[in-house]
Amino acid sequence: MNAAADALLRVKDLRVDFGAHAAVRGVSFELFEGETVGLVGESGSGKSTLARAILRLLRSAHGSVEWRGKDLLTAAPAELRAQRRDLQIVFQDPLSSLDPRMRVGDAIAEPLRVFEPGLDARERARRVAAMLERVGLAAAMGVRYPHEISGGQCQRIGIARAMILNPKLLICDEPVSSLDMSIQGQIINLLLDLQRDAGTAMLFISHNLAVVRHLSHRVLVMYAGKVVEIAAPDALFASPRHPYTMALLAAVPAIEPKPKGAPAALRLEEPAASAGAPGSGCAYRERCPYALAVCASTVPPLAQAATGHWVACHRSHEALIPLSLPA
Amino acid sequence: MVPTLSIQDLCISFPRRGAAIQAVQGVSLCIAPSECVGIIGESGSGKTQVFMAAMGLLASSAAVSGSVRFEGGDLLTADTAVLNRVRGSKLTMIFQDPMTSLAPHLKIGTQLAEVLVCHSGMSWRDAWNSAARILARVRVPDPKRRLHQYPHQLSGGMRQRVMIGMSLLCEPSLVIADEPTSALDVTVQAQLIELLRAMRAELGMALVLISHDLGVVAGLADRILVMYAGRIVESAPAVELFSHARHPYTAEMLKCIPSLSGPRLARLPALAGSPPSPASGLWAAPLHRGVHGSPRVAAQSDRS
Repeated sequence: MNAAADALLRVKDLRVDFGAHAAVRGVSFELFEGETVGLVGESGSGKSTLARAILRLLRSAHGSVEWRGKDLLTAAPAELRAQRRDLQIVFQDPLSSLDPRMRVGDAIAEPLRVFEPGLDARERARRVAAMLERVGLAAAMGVRYPHEISGGQCQRIGIARAMILNPKLLICDEPVSSLDMSIQGQIINLLLDLQRDAGTAMLFISHNLAVVRHLSHRVLVMYAGKVVEIAAPDALFASPRHPYTMALLAAVPAIEPKPKGAPAALRLEEPAASAGAPGSGCAYRERCPYALAVCASTVPPLAQAATGHWVACHRSHEALIPLSLPA
Repeated sequence: MVPTLSIQDLCISFPRRGAAIQAVQGVSLCIAPSECVGIIGESGSGKTQVFMAAMGLLASSAAVSGSVRFEGGDLLTADTAVLNRVRGSKLTMIFQDPMTSLAPHLKIGTQLAEVLVCHSGMSWRDAWNSAARILARVRVPDPKRRLHQYPHQLSGGMRQRVMIGMSLLCEPSLVIADEPTSALDVTVQAQLIELLRAMRAELGMALVLISHDLGVVAGLADRILVMYAGRIVESAPAVELFSHARHPYTAEMLKCIPSLSGPRLARLPALAGSPPSPASGLWAAPLHRGVHGSPRVAAQSDRS
């Protein structure tokens, strides 16, 4: 990654605390223009917290979020507000992220009212109608209220609202998790089309590993508030190097044969989100079948194990044989 | 052999603006003792309503016809006293969201023990001990301490284990699990699927697994029923369904599952259009077995 200067977003050592609990514990990564980065990990691993901290919807305890060279975390309110035009988010629950008393057309128009106040009403209505059609809804749908439309349609509205300003970064926080399998494909394809047309960079959070595999250029795996593995999807899914990634892949219920090398019966015990506060060592060690003595004393750094493949594991250079744990 | 659950020609409709919305139209199915049947279908296909009718949990405005027999006795015409003897003991249900299906202000132990006090006439002390045993059985660590905790003190996966334990307290003949893992992430989901499998092997109850996630159903079910627009459109042994789906809708749905192996795709396969609205003519018309999962309507007019 010689083009480090071109990174659109550079997150450095970001840390978010909720009281004594550290939800995000020093995350660094970069996002380039037009790139899609998938972010996976179990509930409580800090994915959503990281997303919100990047947009400064949450207060970070430490670190920086450089957006085109400027730190968003220390930006003055007016500056932050101006930048937010380019930073949009689509939330998981489409219904609760829309105001129940606002017509969906008005919800899509709101970013325009805020960021393009000079626009006359007719032009604004034209842009909203065009956006509705872009997301596959009839322009006449704009007069409806959120409760009058289906979950899939609500999510299309959420996407239309996020995309109407042609943002440079779109964060999608589990955008399809509450939707049916058959609608999921439609919504994801819509996101991909919009991204291609507008050149938007995307941070795509999901616990659906198969979806992330198909649409990401790079995938970040989070565990207990830290990034434990970064790789291109082909490398990550064919040869995961972190034991947690291996276990995560093995947990996907498959109706097809599992990918080669995925341990068949690697059991993950109850996710220890609260295990995010180990004093020292690797947070995963207690669930890890490969743990050594060093894992309890030293936190493994995120290091490059192969070109473009970063792993935070003391044993990342060994060829770990898939183990199955005793039941 | 008397089937555990036998449903004949079940129709459910809800009145709306003077018209009747047909949610389920003529569903017949049979579940044998100890059988595990998966029900798959999109939201709105009627899969939950069929079993809510069996449990007597439909909204009071629903109009129901047909018959639902549980171990030979008709449930639709049964009065509440009879229903209450069956529900929660021999016929139990696990819901999607364990946070809202457990009472937030009662200890886990109270909620579990209450089932045994009501259904088996146990003393609270015995019931409390049995509750601890069932928690151990569903692999909740430190069950005695957990009994004194409230639902919010447990993680989502632990809460769902408590729900599964509750459904098993009276040694049921049939457990209906409605999207039991949809609210949970993939690692917890894998544990719970494993738990349901183990419980079925130990206790031998029949299990209905309702889900829109084919992967969840594939690992557990002996037989799978596919629902679309209020009807069962395909019924087949699990292995058969995944290898040789006969109905075009099933075949299209199987194609929509993104895979963990093979070439990566620039676009995900997706079903075109949306299911017909129950209020539209398409829903009421006989199912038209066209290609590509018709009768889906174009995306543009999506339920409008």
